[in-house]
Amino acid sequence: MVRIASLAWSRYSALSLLRGAIGGHRHWGRAWRAAEPAPSYDVVVIGGGGHGLATAYYLAAEHGIRRVAVLERGWIGGGNTGRNTTIVRSNYRQPELQRLFEYSLKLWHGLSDELNYNTMFSPRGALFLGHSDADMMRLAERGDAMRAMGLDADLMSPDEVARLVPLLDMSKEARWPIFGGLIQRRGGTARHDAVAWGFARAADALGVDIIENCEVTGFLRDADRVTGVRTTRGDIVAGRTGICVAGNSGHVAGLAGIRLPIESHTLQAWVTEAVKPMIDTVVMSQTLHCYFSQSDKGGIVGGGDPDFFPSYAQRGAPIRLEESIAQAIALVPAFARLRILRTWAGVTDMSFDGSPIIGEMPLPGLYLNGGWCYGGFKATPGSGRLYAHLLATGESHPVAAPFDLARFAQGRTIDEAGAGPMPQNR
Amino acid sequence: MMLIPCPHCGPRVQEEFAYERTLDSVVRLDDGPVTAMSRLYTRANPRGEEIEIWSHVHGCGQWLRLRRDRVTHAISDVEAI
Amino acid sequence: MRHGSGVRAGKVPFTFNGQAYWGQEGDTLAAALLANGVKVVARSFKYHRPRGIMAAGVEEPCALVTVGDGGRREPNTRATDVFLYPGLVATSQNAWPSLSFDIGAINGRLSGLIPAGFYYKTFFGPPSRWMLYERVIRRAAGLGKAPVEPDPDGYCHRAAFADVLIVGAGPAGLAAACVAAESGARVILLEQDALPGGSLLAHAVSIDGVPGAEWARGMVDRIRAAGGRVLFRTTATGYWDDNFITAVERLAEPGQVPSGPVQCLWKLRCERVILATGALERPLVFAGNDLPGVMLASAAQTYAARYGVAPGQRAVVATSHDAGYRAAFALADVGVAIVAVLDTRSDPVGPLVHAARSRFPVHTDARVLSARGRKGVLVGLEAAIGGGRQTFAADLLAMSGGMSPVLHLHRQAGGALVHDPVRDAYLPGEGRQNHVCVGAATGEGDLATILSDALCRVPVEDPLGAAGAAWPGPVWRQEARGKAFVDFQHDVTTADLALAQREGFVSSEHVKRYTTLGMGTDQGKTGAMVALAQMADLRGVALPEAGLTTFRPPYTPVTMAAFAGTMRGDHAGPIRRLPLAAMHEALGAQWVPAGVWMRPRAYPAPGETIGEASVREARMVRNRVGIVDVSSLAKFEIAGPDALALVLAVCATPVSKLAVGRGRYTVMLREDGMVMDDGTVWRVAHDRWLVTSSTGGAARMARHWTYVRDVLLDGARAAVVDVGERWAGIALAGPSACRVLTGLINAAAPAHMGLVDATIAGVPVRVLAASYSGERAFEIHVAAHRVGPVWQALHAAVVEAGGGVYGLDAMDHLRVEKGHVVIGAEADGRTTPADLGMGGMLRKAGGFVGWQGLMRPALSETAGRRHLVGITALDDEPLPEGAMLVMQIGEEPQGHVTTAAPRIAAGEGAWIGLALLTDGVARHGEIMVAWSPVRDKAVRVWVGPPMFHDPEGVRYRD
Repeated sequence: MVRIASLAWSRYSALSLLRGAIGGHRHWGRAWRAAEPAPSYDVVVIGGGGHGLATAYYLAAEHGIRRVAVLERGWIGGGNTGRNTTIVRSNYRQPELQRLFEYSLKLWHGLSDELNYNTMFSPRGALFLGHSDADMMRLAERGDAMRAMGLDADLMSPDEVARLVPLLDMSKEARWPIFGGLIQRRGGTARHDAVAWGFARAADALGVDIIENCEVTGFLRDADRVTGVRTTRGDIVAGRTGICVAGNSGHVAGLAGIRLPIESHTLQAWVTEAVKPMIDTVVMSQTLHCYFSQSDKGGIVGGGDPDFFPSYAQRGAPIRLEESIAQAIALVPAFARLRILRTWAGVTDMSFDGSPIIGEMPLPGLYLNGGWCYGGFKATPGSGRLYAHLLATGESHPVAAPFDLARFAQGRTIDEAGAGPMPQNR
Repeated sequence: MMLIPCPHCGPRVQEEFAYERTLDSVVRLDDGPVTAMSRLYTRANPRGEEIEIWSHVHGCGQWLRLRRDRVTHAISDVEAI
Repeated sequence: MRHGSGVRAGKVPFTFNGQAYWGQEGDTLAAALLANGVKVVARSFKYHRPRGIMAAGVEEPCALVTVGDGGRREPNTRATDVFLYPGLVATSQNAWPSLSFDIGAINGRLSGLIPAGFYYKTFFGPPSRWMLYERVIRRAAGLGKAPVEPDPDGYCHRAAFADVLIVGAGPAGLAAACVAAESGARVILLEQDALPGGSLLAHAVSIDGVPGAEWARGMVDRIRAAGGRVLFRTTATGYWDDNFITAVERLAEPGQVPSGPVQCLWKLRCERVILATGALERPLVFAGNDLPGVMLASAAQTYAARYGVAPGQRAVVATSHDAGYRAAFALADVGVAIVAVLDTRSDPVGPLVHAARSRFPVHTDARVLSARGRKGVLVGLEAAIGGGRQTFAADLLAMSGGMSPVLHLHRQAGGALVHDPVRDAYLPGEGRQNHVCVGAATGEGDLATILSDALCRVPVEDPLGAAGAAWPGPVWRQEARGKAFVDFQHDVTTADLALAQREGFVSSEHVKRYTTLGMGTDQGKTGAMVALAQMADLRGVALPEAGLTTFRPPYTPVTMAAFAGTMRGDHAGPIRRLPLAAMHEALGAQWVPAGVWMRPRAYPAPGETIGEASVREARMVRNRVGIVDVSSLAKFEIAGPDALALVLAVCATPVSKLAVGRGRYTVMLREDGMVMDDGTVWRVAHDRWLVTSSTGGAARMARHWTYVRDVLLDGARAAVVDVGERWAGIALAGPSACRVLTGLINAAAPAHMGLVDATIAGVPVRVLAASYSGERAFEIHVAAHRVGPVWQALHAAVVEAGGGVYGLDAMDHLRVEKGHVVIGAEADGRTTPADLGMGGMLRKAGGFVGWQGLMRPALSETAGRRHLVGITALDDEPLPEGAMLVMQIGEEPQGHVTTAAPRIAAGEGAWIGLALLTDGVARHGEIMVAWSPVRDKAVRVWVGPPMFHDPEGVRYRD
């Protein structure tokens, strides 16, 4: 009886919070267990970021595979999951990418309830700005492509844009005058940390072992076949092993002697001091390579171009910050006196066509989910679910099938920007 | 803000330079298609030193070969190509 | 009048929440408010609790106010970090309707319901429901209100080099800077304060026989005399690779009208960096430790000694170490009654303790349990002393829980941290860059030692006889009851930490993110160490095991406009203008951005739209003659013995058989086989070539040419000269072009794809006979600085021939009729030459960049690829550019309209276009729909070859 009651109260709800208020919140237990590694698992997922945790959750929840371990070198959600600018959207131009990110966007809309964890997904709209007639034509093309594929997109006139984001500089004399925009209303933002924690808690409840401070140092092999991993906490045997360490894919694949079409580059972001609400929408300009939104706490969160050269340093050059901040001010002059509170950098897994890789590796038993470039956060639930499908069945889900590793050698690249192989050009 | 030692111009700030690729990913014109695509599309991507090709694009225009650590950004060797 | 080491006699008027006050010159806003008896200045972020002034420097977590008005309004300004100026206007924020009665304070009552991370546990349902709650949360969150007006002030960037850069003009920094400057080094010394001296400003110590503050001023004089540069109000905010430091200089205070730029961002490249960044005090943790009247001991000491302000009337000093005693002496000096000194240690010894015992009631083994407030300010406290308890009436509680060295920049530079168990502090370990920490930043507390470390051997005298005071002791921990804060700005309490621990959020990053600890504007400068120590205790591990969060730039928040510098307004991004811009302007050009260039789009006559003008201009070219400015096209000259080899490597079409004086169309590929650029290649002389390519690809091609030469051809002997900007270009096109040209050059016009050198208006020109429009046409290249007379002569001649100027849109209409592709439209980076119908133009033997990429199986098969096709509108309405090509509305797209154009030449359909269509070459003759859902348009189109005009190509030949 007691046990059942405690189970019920461990479920998150307004009522259980009220109970906590009375009892000093002493009834809350760990959000996930501090698991010790078992000698073997059906599936080992390397990487405790949002994607890896989501993969483990869907393996357990949808494929009934509960002998699953997520191995995390540091603390879960400590890599790119906790470093991005939290934008969620599916407003792509290429159909393969539209299907992939829309698959994920649909999951976002029910995620908080599914996980019983408020991920603060806020579909406040993702607005792309156009600064010329040519920009508007490209936005219309994107919108047409989206709508023709069943995604939501609306072209906006300058007046509509001005009503949505009143602080934008709409003057004709602006350096980048605003000719209109394309909005995806179902896009928005989410609380990045909550996504990792929510998946961790839900996966843990289904029996998944989340093992922090456990770094993979090599792979167990039976001839060509990968049979598990070597870690700083001992060897772990696995039926299937999935790499899910975007930012470090090259390094981990290198432990198996595999070279990938991926290079790690630095992307910086910034956040201002918290102020009262100024901007209610996610604002992006592809012409300016600049994007920003306001967090629920009140800080303006923004970013711009990556640093254009490979680095694992998690620190960038100030010039990139200066550029993206200058562009943000050009769009919203009232930003000028806000103060940048913090800047940071993440290591992005830049693939050689700008699209992710979800597929089997050249070694049987080993799989890869990576190459998300600077756009992985919004894919978190979809990526995890598709990867779980692959790890559970050995077969790619139709949505993920175009994103195999062989596409580069075969000439089936999915190049949204049309920028070619070199990551620094996109 | 790395300082890159250009053999012609001396140490200059990284903004003057552009990264091109790793030395081992140069596709020679006479490479066969399979070799060429393997060079073009795979990288060691080490957490450590790598030999890279850069150009002093906003300076003298010289192409450079750098040995650079991708974690510390330390450049241990540079030569003009 | 108050006396202090940092104030002068002048009176300064200012207002706070509409009330007029007077301060003294040299006061910070915080000092002036305290001097006027203002204790409550702000409300906290979450619980809206009344907050006062806790610190005296940049670490202030509580006293955030909005300063200035209009476009100069600066929200979230620390009252401790703005110096008074006449007319300063400050208002409190995050309080409604007023600071004294704030509705938001209800959150404090509800705090049981809203512990750390409460929002993760509730607000379920569809996202739309969360967005309703979110609206309320967003309004309640945030601190100050941002301005809505644009900022009227200017910001600048400056670069400088230093042999030695010293950060911090306290005793250690001054000594180091002076020694370095006098040894001949180029020295820059940065100080965030307005005065030199750092801790000396609040320290009754004399150095070299003079008071500390005076000694500091003398040192600045010496540094400057030796050629050193000393910048006050300048904060080193970022430490980047290779000893690159960014620093922000405040040339005016927040909200103040500046006489020039308001802030300057310094970019400093330094040989060696000395970090003399000092140390910050840690608070004590007890219930009510956030009440206005509770203050860091070092701050109380500073207000007393530097500003001559008594921050209260009856004070209790609570400390865990010797240095805290100094506050008692300083406060007593300005008339504050010292009710008690509470020392957590059971048996403290040392000169300060000894001196204090003779003047104040000193209690040992004594710790504050809780502070008591009335009307939101401190009125008393309860302490545990030995086994008993005692209450004290006091309106000031000066607390010190030890000191933490300021190592932000050291960490940003990649320096290691070492935990010192004796001091219970992190000290600088090995640095990765050429830098060193000195002074209190190293954990050193003894002034004489600090100065002699800098080779600055001067006698130090302390009237308290304690120059050699021991470094403060460990972080003081105790179990606190009630709301005891560890992050004063974000209202993170010890209960929140305990909850985080119970739920497993124990790593430093998880604690931070779950509780929002250290994410306020003070970035945890005051409370983070204490919180980490608490968490270590909760987990039963040593402090170092609790980990640390990353120190991220900037050290203190930096105004966005300071990052942008002069990159604002028109200077936010470069704009390139053509050499003929003024002449186009005179002809009534409407401009259009083309990459960074501004190019004439059309020259509308009065009453004409751009669309009408473009059609008129294009028809003029088809029927008579026109000129267009093509100066921005990329142009490269390739010369030398290996020039042919280089051209062959870059261009994918045959060129070796080209005769001197002849040219042809060519494409350049990326290594993946996709079309990168296109243009024309001309053999100017046997070993000299001219290659043109698109405007937008100019920078990319410039690099590509030398990459191929130097890296792929191992330094082939070929000069690559980017002549794109050296030569302006004017295209002359139309049935009368030949006659116009002949009349101007007094020579025969070159045959199609031929070139001649000639003169027009006495200026040497090169004439290339190439046609983009499909009419007989010439590209005339001329030195950019001499293009004016050539343009004028051409313009006069075409006008006489019944023609005129045309713009980019007309050019586009014309090329669509000829099926010419544009880089970025049809050649979108995903198309091969075969996709664009140019597969047959490539050299079969390969040997050019990109040949291997084309051999990949999915590219060598044409099936399934998108092909270039022409489309003709069957309905009499404009074709929507970018529209999807579908068989039926509602179906998945099979292609899209890359360019649409009104029909210029005679022919079927009023609108035509180019499109990329899956398997397009096999589908000529099909009828499809160009569907634009976002523009609510659908036009039936006939699919055919991408050629609408003169398919035999007779018109452009001689």
